Amino acid sequence: MHLAYPAVLAVLLFCVGLYGVLARRNAILVLMSVELMLNAVNLNLVAFDVWLRDTLHAGQALTLFTIAVAAAEIGIGLAIVLLVYRNRGSSDVDKLTDLAERPAGDGADEPPHHPSDQQAEAAA
Amino acid sequence: MTLAAASHGFLTPSGVEIAFLLVGLVTLGAAVVTVTTKQLVHAALWLVVALGGIAVEYLLLTAEFIAWVQVLIYVGSVVVLLLFGLMLTKAPIGRSPDADSGNRWAALLVALASAAVLVWVVVDAFRASWIDLDGAAQGSTEVSGRSLFQHWVLPFEALSVLLLAALVGAIVLSRRGGEDTPDGRAVPGNGHAAAPGAAASTGPDSARREGQR
Amino acid sequence: MTTTTTAVLVPLLPFLGAAFGLLLGRRAPGFVRPLAVLPTLAAAVLTVVVAARQGGGAGGKGPIDAATQLTPTGSVPIELALHIDGFAALVAVLVGIVATCVQVYSTGYLRDDPRYASYAALVSLFTSAMLLVVYSGDLMVLLVGWEIMGICSYFLVGHYWETEAARSASLKAFLVTKLGDVPFLFGLFALATDAGTFRITGILNAVAGGHLHHPTLVALLLLAGVAGKSAQFPLHTWLPDAMAGPTPVSALIHAATMVAAGVYFIARLLPVFAASAAALVVLAVMAAVTMVGSALAALAQDDIKRVLAYSTVGQLGYMTGALAVGDRGAAVFHLLSHGAFKALLFLGAGVIIHAAGTNSLAAMSRMRGLSKRIPDAFWTVTVALLALAAIPPFAGFFSKEAVLGAAEHAATGEAHLALDGFHGHLGSVPSAAGWTVLIAGLITALLTAAYATRLWLLAFFGRGPQEAPDHGKQPLVMNAVLWVLFIPTAAFGIAAPALPEWFDGSELTPTLVTSVLGTGLALAGALIMYGAWRHTAAVAARRPMGAVAVDPDAAPAVSEEEAIATHAPAYGDNAGAPDPADPGRLLLGPLHAPATCGFHLDAVYTTLFVRPVRAAARLVRFLDREVVDTYVHGAGTGARWLGTAVRRAQTGNVQTYLGALLAGSLVLAVAAVLVATGTGA
Repeated sequence: MHLAYPAVLAVLLFCVGLYGVLARRNAILVLMSVELMLNAVNLNLVAFDVWLRDTLHAGQALTLFTIAVAAAEIGIGLAIVLLVYRNRGSSDVDKLTDLAERPAGDGADEPPHHPSDQQAEAAA
Repeated sequence: MTLAAASHGFLTPSGVEIAFLLVGLVTLGAAVVTVTTKQLVHAALWLVVALGGIAVEYLLLTAEFIAWVQVLIYVGSVVVLLLFGLMLTKAPIGRSPDADSGNRWAALLVALASAAVLVWVVVDAFRASWIDLDGAAQGSTEVSGRSLFQHWVLPFEALSVLLLAALVGAIVLSRRGGEDTPDGRAVPGNGHAAAPGAAASTGPDSARREGQR
Repeated sequence: MTTTTTAVLVPLLPFLGAAFGLLLGRRAPGFVRPLAVLPTLAAAVLTVVVAARQGGGAGGKGPIDAATQLTPTGSVPIELALHIDGFAALVAVLVGIVATCVQVYSTGYLRDDPRYASYAALVSLFTSAMLLVVYSGDLMVLLVGWEIMGICSYFLVGHYWETEAARSASLKAFLVTKLGDVPFLFGLFALATDAGTFRITGILNAVAGGHLHHPTLVALLLLAGVAGKSAQFPLHTWLPDAMAGPTPVSALIHAATMVAAGVYFIARLLPVFAASAAALVVLAVMAAVTMVGSALAALAQDDIKRVLAYSTVGQLGYMTGALAVGDRGAAVFHLLSHGAFKALLFLGAGVIIHAAGTNSLAAMSRMRGLSKRIPDAFWTVTVALLALAAIPPFAGFFSKEAVLGAAEHAATGEAHLALDGFHGHLGSVPSAAGWTVLIAGLITALLTAAYATRLWLLAFFGRGPQEAPDHGKQPLVMNAVLWVLFIPTAAFGIAAPALPEWFDGSELTPTLVTSVLGTGLALAGALIMYGAWRHTAAVAARRPMGAVAVDPDAAPAVSEEEAIATHAPAYGDNAGAPDPADPGRLLLGPLHAPATCGFHLDAVYTTLFVRPVRAAARLVRFLDREVVDTYVHGAGTGARWLGTAVRRAQTGNVQTYLGALLAGSLVLAVAAVLVATGTGA
C-alpha cells in the first residue's frame, strides 16, 4: 500500500481537528476535536510502524500509550469543563476572557450567573 | 502487493488500497461533520463514526490489537464520557446557531493552510514509499503483547500511575466545593455553585438525550 | 624620627585634622577648635624641624629626595615623591606659620559662626594641600594638592553664601582658575611625555640633557595654569572678587599661600621656562602688565580688602617678574616676606572692618578716632604698609630690592642663571625681559607707595563729625596673631644675607642704584598721595556718606558679612564708591572709572566668553527641549500607540491566541521547509 494514503489521511484528519479546536464554541466540542487530532497522530504512528517493520513495535506501543493518555486527558478535561460550567454557567470557550485586560471603568463584568442556584430555588 | 516498486502506481491501486481509500473518505467525512454540525449531540455521534473508521484503517494496516483497543476505549468510553459531559453542561438539544465562535473563518484559513503545507510536504516526502503488508501481521495481539511487556514495561507501569492520578484528579475536580455546609445548602454569597439538586436536575436532560438517540 | 617621616607628617597632620573635624564637627563641638589649631600648629613646628635638618642648599646636606611607588601607573610612572630643597623648606615654614596664625585668628573672628566646624576643616584641608604642593617631588601628586586647593578656595570664598557677592565670587574663582588649569594639565602631560617621568628631579635632568623638545609650548601651557592660580594678567579677575570670603581666608589663601603656589611652581621648574627665551619674555610682559595695572586699580578701590587684593596681584607680579629674569631666589624671597606682611595686612583689615563696621574706605575716612580704638591693629598695619611700600628697613624693602636688582642685572646683560645643582645648557635671559620688569617694577613702586599711603590715611585718619562706633574690645587672639606676624614683617630683612645659602647662591642684598631709585620713588608716591589727601580733606568734611553696621556683641565675621552684603546697595558697586573726597580719584583723573572696575576686563570676558557660552547654552537648551525631547516624546507616544494597537489583539479569547500561534508556526514551518529543500534560498 502506498504510504501516502495513511499519511495524507492523517494530515487531513489533523487539520479537521485543528479547525474544530479553533472554531468550536462549546468546550466539549473542542475536546472532541482534540481527540480527532490525537487519532490522526495515532494513525501516523501505526502506519509508520508497519512501514518500517520496527522490531520493537515502538509505533504501536506509543499508540497504546497515547490512547491511554488521551483517555486520562478526556477525563480531566471534562472535569474541568464541568467545574467551569458550574462556576460560570457556561461552557463556551470564548466567554472565558477574564485574562484579557479591560480598560479601566468597565472592569466589572456582568455579574456571575449561577445556574445551579436557580435550580436549587426551582427544586425548593 | 508485490515488492517491486516499479509495479506500484497511483493508477493501479490494489484492493487494500481501495478499501483504505473508501474507509478513509468515510472517516474524513464523519470528522468534518463532527466539527461543523450545529447539533452538539450529533457531533459526538459522528465522532463515533470517525473513530470507528480509524479503527478499520488500523485493521487494514494489520494492527489488529490497536484497532480493538481503539474501539474499546474511544468508541466505548471516551465518547460516552463526552456525551455525559454534554449532558452535565446542559448542552442544547437540536440545532444551536451559535455552535461556532466568531473566528471560524480565521480558523478555516489556518486549517486549510496547514493542510496544504502538510499535504505538500508529506506527499513530497513519501511519494515513492510503499508499505509491505504481506507476511506476518504487524500488530497481532501476541506481537503487541510481547513488545509491550518486554521492551515497554516500564513506561507501561508509569502510565498506570498517570491514569491513577488522572482518576483522582477528575474526582477531586468534579466533587462539590469543600465549603459546603453539612446539610448541603449553599453558603449564601460564596460565589461557588453549590446545588444540592444538581444530580436530580440532570434527570430530565438525560431523558431527553435518550429520546434523541 | 627621620627627616623623611617628619616631612610626610607635615601634610598628613592637617589632613587628619580636617577629616576628623568634618566627622566630629556636629557631634562634638568642643573638639572643633583644638582639631583646627593643634594639627596645623604641629605641622608648622614640623616644617621648622624639616627646614633645620635640611639646612639650606650650600651649607646643608642638599635636597632631600625620597620616593615610593604605590602601584604601576601606565607608561609614565607616578610616585609619591618628596623633593625638599631650600625653597620648599622655607615656603613650607611660611605656610605652616601663616596657617597656624589664621586658624588661631579664626577662633576669635568666627566665634559664633554656625558653620565654623566645616570652615576650620576646610582651612586645615587647604593647609594640607598647600604643604603637599610644596613638598611634593612628583608633578601628578603636586597637581592633586593644586586642585584640592582650588576646591577649598571655592568653598571658603563662598562661606558667606547668603550674600549674592560671595556666591558669584566663589563660582568665578573656581571657573577662572579652572580655565587656567586645563592648559596646565596638558602642559604637565607634554612635559612628562618629553621627560618620561613626572618626578621633578627627572624633569630637571631631562632639561639639563636637552631632551625637552617643545620647551616653549610646555612653558606657555604651564604658564596659563600659573596665571590662573597666581592671579596674573589676564586671569587675575577672580582674586578681587574673592574678597567676598571671610578675612582669614583672604589672608591665608588669597594673599599668603595659594596664590603664591603658581610662583613657587615656576620657581621649581625654572629651568624648563629658562630653556625658552620666548616664555621668559611672555612671563616678563605678563608680570609688567599685572604690576602696573593692578597698582592703578588698587588706587581706585573703595573696599579695603579689594585694595589689598589688587596689591596682592601686583606683588605676585613682582615675583613672576623676578622669575622672568631668571632669579628664583629673589622671587621666593619676595614670596616669603610678602606672605608675612600681606597676611598681617589682611588680618589687620579684618580688625579694622570689625571696629569700623564697614569695609568702605569712604565711610572710614569720615570716622574719627579709629586708630585710637584699635591701637594694636594701627601699629602693626602701619608697619606692614611700610613693608608693602618697600620702605627700609622692613621686610618688603629687601625682597623688592632683590627683585629690582635681578631685573637690573638682566637688563644690563649681567644676568647669569645660577640655578643650584643644575648644570646644563640654558639660554641667557633676554635683556628685553629685564628692561620690562625693571621699568614696570619702578613704576609700580611709586604706585604701591601711593595706594598704601591712601589706605593708611583714609582708614586711620578719618576726619568727620562722627566718632568711630564702639564694637567693644577686639578679641585677644586676633591682636596676638597680629603681633606674631609683626615680627617677620619688621625683621625678615636681616635674613637677606643668609638666604642665598638656601637658594641658588646668588646675592640678595640690595644694590645701591635700585635701592635709591626704588625708595625714592616710593617716598615720592607717598608724598604725592599725602598732598592730594590734604587737598581733598575739606571736601570730605562737607559730604557725609557711608553705611555702618553696628553689632557690638556679635563676632567680627558678622560685621564683615553685613558690610559685604550692604556695599553694593549703599554705594552702587562692589568695588568703588562715588566719593569726591577720594585722593585716588584726584590723582587718577579720567583713569579712575576704568580702574575701579579693573579696566573693564570683566566686560571683555563677558563679551568673549560668558555671552558665547550663554548663547551656546540657550542653543543647547533649545535643541534639548525642542529637538531631542521631540524624539523622546515621539518614542514614548509611539510605544503607547503601539501598545494600544497590540492591546486590541489581547481579547482573552484562547482560540484567537491559538489561531495566531498556529498561523505563526505554520509560517515558520514553511520557511524551514523552503530553506531545507533549498527552493526558497
